[in-house]
Amino acid sequence: MTAPDDLQPGLEVLGVLADPVRRAAYRVVVAGDGAPVGREEVAAALGVGRTLAAFHLDKLVDAGLLDVSFARRSGRSGPGAGRPAKLYRRAVTEHAVSVPPRAYRFAAGLLAEAVERAGADAVLYDVAREHGRSAGAHGDLVEALEAQGYEPVREGDRIRLRNCPFHRLAEDFPPVVCGMNLALLQGLLEGTGWRAAIEPVADDCCVVISKTNDG
Amino acid sequence: MAPLDDPVMADFMAGLEPLNALADGTPGFVWRLTGDGEPDATGLRPFGPDIMVNMSVWTTVEALRGYVYRTAHLDSVRRRHEWFTHDGLDPYLVLWWIPAGTIPTLADAWERLDLLRRNGPGPDAFTLRQPYPAPV
Repeated sequence: MTAPDDLQPGLEVLGVLADPVRRAAYRVVVAGDGAPVGREEVAAALGVGRTLAAFHLDKLVDAGLLDVSFARRSGRSGPGAGRPAKLYRRAVTEHAVSVPPRAYRFAAGLLAEAVERAGADAVLYDVAREHGRSAGAHGDLVEALEAQGYEPVREGDRIRLRNCPFHRLAEDFPPVVCGMNLALLQGLLEGTGWRAAIEPVADDCCVVISKTNDG
Repeated sequence: MAPLDDPVMADFMAGLEPLNALADGTPGFVWRLTGDGEPDATGLRPFGPDIMVNMSVWTTVEALRGYVYRTAHLDSVRRRHEWFTHDGLDPYLVLWWIPAGTIPTLADAWERLDLLRRNGPGPDAFTLRQPYPAPV
């Protein structure tokens, strides 16, 4: 459990995102389907040179916001086609800074443990479903999910959620928090012709959305 | 809990075979408790008529955790209160390390559960949320 502490570590990391070009580079990497991205793609998306893109990407790596991997990229030809390219993806570590100091995550942990101990999951699910319903995905579903931080990726008749907005809490209290998340999404999806189900895969959110048969 | 043939238990009962098969095929799985000549432990009532048990051996906490929370098993855990209460059983889940090649008994399990109840998580009795490394 984390109590509020010194601002410095979080600020040093997040301060790296203050530069608008660097922030744009970060956005390019974390957008899309989550696959690692090369400096060329970032340079092209930003309309800057490869050297400048690489400079900003490496600053983000140094700060711990991005991870690096090396892989040969398919479909390349010409000089350098056989060389492994340096690829970037979002690091899993979370960073938060709060002024004045606040410890909502700590409080959330206590509340989750209390719900678990009381066996009050069903009450939490009801509350989550009601809130999901009032948030409602009445316009564009993908936009509504994006607004909630899920990073949805449409894959045919399914929508994969690349980000769990409750990740750390879900790691500590999987049934309670994943169940809450499911109920929230079920509420959000009511009347949309889409349904949510628990289907844990890799690093994604534990919920997958699919078309209902009658939708 | 309701009798196992009660309609409210239908989804739990339907999940037993596929989820046990999934566990048996998961890397890191070693052993799980079953009744004599039974495919699972649902017939055992060693601690009282209303208390069902399960017990299994895994090579690492991560392997167990991956199975429990990162497979279809998660949905059954999520729904556990539709089928069971843990009233009077706090804690109801305990982990501990055993030497490779040995199999624990239900008496061991009760003892470790009691240890966890009395002292909280420690190297000899812990939880998935607060695991302890294997002794060296």
